[in-house]
Amino acid sequence: MIHLDSAIPDGPIEEKWDQHKFEMKLVAPHNRRRFEVIVVGTGLAGAAAAATLGELGYKVKAFTFHDSPRRAHSIAAQGGINAAKNYRGDGDSVYRLFYDTVKGGDFRAREANVYRLAQLSVDIIDQCVALGVPFAREYGGLLDTRSFGGAQVSRTFYARGQTGQQLLLGAYSALCRQIEAGTVQIFPRSEMLELVVKDGRAAGIVVRNLHTGQITSHSAHAVMLCTGGYGNVFYLSTNAKASNATAIWRAHRKGAAFANPCFTQIHPTCIPASDEFQSKLTLMSESLRNDGRIWVPMEFDDPRPPNQIPENERDYYLERRYPAFGNLVPRDVASRAAKLEVDKGRGVGPLKNGVYLDFKTGIERLGRHGIEERYGNLFEMYERITGEDPYQVPMRIYPAVHYTMGGLWVDYNLMSTIPGLFVAGEANFSDHGANRLGASALMQGLADGYFVLPYTVPNYLAGMLGQPAVPTDDPVFRAAEAEVADRTKKYLSIGGTRSVDDLHRELGKILWDNCGMARSKEGLEKAISEIAALRVEFDRDLRVLGSDDTLNQSLEKAGRVDDFFELAGLLCRDALHREESCGGHFRVEHQSEDGEAQRNDDHFAYAAAWEYAGPGAEPVLNKEPLTFDHVHLAQRSYK
Amino acid sequence: MNTLDLKLRIWRQAGPSSTGAMVEYDVPGVSEDMSFLEMLDLLNERLIAQGQEPVAFEHDCREGICGSCGLMINGQAHGPQLGTATCQLHMRKFSSGDVIEIEPWRAAAFPVVRDLVVNRSALDRIIEAGGYISVTPGAAPEANIIPVPKTVADAAFDAAACIGCGACVAACPNGAAQLFTAAKIAHLNLLPQGQAERYSRTEAMVERMEEYFGSCTLHGECEASCPKRISLENIVIMNGDYVRAKFRNRRLAGRR
Repeated sequence: MIHLDSAIPDGPIEEKWDQHKFEMKLVAPHNRRRFEVIVVGTGLAGAAAAATLGELGYKVKAFTFHDSPRRAHSIAAQGGINAAKNYRGDGDSVYRLFYDTVKGGDFRAREANVYRLAQLSVDIIDQCVALGVPFAREYGGLLDTRSFGGAQVSRTFYARGQTGQQLLLGAYSALCRQIEAGTVQIFPRSEMLELVVKDGRAAGIVVRNLHTGQITSHSAHAVMLCTGGYGNVFYLSTNAKASNATAIWRAHRKGAAFANPCFTQIHPTCIPASDEFQSKLTLMSESLRNDGRIWVPMEFDDPRPPNQIPENERDYYLERRYPAFGNLVPRDVASRAAKLEVDKGRGVGPLKNGVYLDFKTGIERLGRHGIEERYGNLFEMYERITGEDPYQVPMRIYPAVHYTMGGLWVDYNLMSTIPGLFVAGEANFSDHGANRLGASALMQGLADGYFVLPYTVPNYLAGMLGQPAVPTDDPVFRAAEAEVADRTKKYLSIGGTRSVDDLHRELGKILWDNCGMARSKEGLEKAISEIAALRVEFDRDLRVLGSDDTLNQSLEKAGRVDDFFELAGLLCRDALHREESCGGHFRVEHQSEDGEAQRNDDHFAYAAAWEYAGPGAEPVLNKEPLTFDHVHLAQRSYK
Repeated sequence: MNTLDLKLRIWRQAGPSSTGAMVEYDVPGVSEDMSFLEMLDLLNERLIAQGQEPVAFEHDCREGICGSCGLMINGQAHGPQLGTATCQLHMRKFSSGDVIEIEPWRAAAFPVVRDLVVNRSALDRIIEAGGYISVTPGAAPEANIIPVPKTVADAAFDAAACIGCGACVAACPNGAAQLFTAAKIAHLNLLPQGQAERYSRTEAMVERMEEYFGSCTLHGECEASCPKRISLENIVIMNGDYVRAKFRNRRLAGRR
């Protein structure tokens, strides 16, 4: 069993972080260059951490499997970033952001971490504005905000529908400054395929150059994984096509506990699939729910086009069921409600697989220009994909896998159960509990990268002063390199008949059908055995053509999907063991009469941290109990 | 569902130093709801089934924002639809029987890696030269302390919307990167936060750009091909600031 020490500092919650910052050890400026650190992934968390640690004087190596750090999937985040600035004077505060996030996460997050996140949110906005992020502004020149789901204050800062892009480009620019200054060495097109652990500590990584196939080792005093989430395990998701879990899964296999894998977020507003060739699903920002109203026809299988259905024959079901929050209920609630309507037979569109998101009243209120100003690029994107003009006809939307709250278990310092291995951003499990509120992912990624790791990593390094990093000719590195090479060769040598995508699509369907928006004991058990059977098929019948010494995209995918198979099994096991419904995890056995999720705080108020027990072996469950001293456990109500 | 029968002519090149060639493929039964990249996925699945290596092409977010994708489609960067990245182009813009030529970006600064994939890292070198505002985390002032007029913030945003796909370079007969460079310079130089480094930034970025890319002769092809509709006006801003930078930086150099 792993010992889970959350390392939460003592003291009142408001003072924990400040006190901890004082108590943590420092590294003097002249000693910093003696420490080498590795950052894997260059999205918001990774780019911010690499740039900041570089500027502090550490020797940083940053790895990305993209051709440039600017391509990281953080770039696709649309809606905005939360911060408790209270610029609107509408009653916001650090405490309220903390409260909303714990409640929105359905009481499955660690209070101390969330409080720190809310505190840091205000610094993030300052930092980003100073970096030149062109946030939306009012005519007076001050920063504008908008509302997001799960909150009754307007605290979301945004840059049209491209907030993630602008924040990432800000972090990327800071990273570029350090690359030019020589404090950060960047390795593009380098995919981490193994974590190296020596004497129980993270010692480095093994990467494969995606252009040449060359396998190399890199050692360091500390390793940070900022490699994003695992939503693509479902095949169809809003994640970028190459987003994957390989870095965190490889670390998991080396001893890092994986927490709450079943906490996956299904985002309510995505464009429904149009056919079986669909390669990914496209998100339409949650911010649209500010001015769009969600409805379905009252009639079952209503054949009329939406504009011919009169007002009194429409069911604005979110406004009806949740009058207080209306269309702005949290994502998990909105998604389940949409599924319920479609399952009842009130779905719309050619495949009857969507609900309407209607901007008619928004356009009447704000004018076409007002809507264009707020959502122009989203409307354009919708039109490109569907061929329909959302200024004229309502959008059709349906939930899709979007974000994963689960990830590698980390303590308050964002260190995993392997000393020296830190995990930040979506890759860790820390701040969102069982459901993430909109506009909080960007906040967490940047908080971790700019303001948490630059304090906690030096605290770890300080204890290693004078110790050189493990040399890369050490046998542990040689063994890890050999393992990577063997895996690569294995995929090329199977010589079966099925492509990686074909197998991945089938895996995704098993998961979506049984471990998606509604989960049952029966379905999960079925999924576990089907996944195992498909994995055998993968090992026997995979076809990867080409060689390992040039760019080979099928080969890259094979390794990622191989890891997804194992992760999918763990996801289902976690969902099966958690006999309650909370946030994004909905067990049909645990719901109230009106279909609301029923938590079981007596038995499941803990983070489930799974320990890898070897190939094919049942993973070992470790529990970190969660206590709620400030936000009292209560059934969430958005009515 | 309407389907199209297409003939594709695709650039195939095994590696950076191999010679490439256009290869013809018949692709029947393409749904008009597919994106252009899904059509290539379909082709690749069929090639794999036949035991042929799939076509390598860059893509990731498929939402028109990461800038990974970029194909020369019938001689047009990102294809026929204005203001649209390749991944957002859908097959309903084509007709059954069409012959579609698909090539990689062609520019001296973008060597071909394989098939339709090129190396665009020269663009990163330009940003590294000065495409930033120097701020240490922790040193930033309160965000609302400097009001930025909405019109200025909007203009900076318009320039900052660049996705770094390289279409401007590929479309330019000179292989110049003026639009890319100018977009970043205009974004930062327009904002009050960017003033302190305005001239050093401009000089450094322009000169780094010239190391890798061709010269601008104001064809305007870059603007026409840009999936984010970055305006040529940014080049005017850049050129003006570059001239001013040359005088100013020389004067300042004398003081050092």
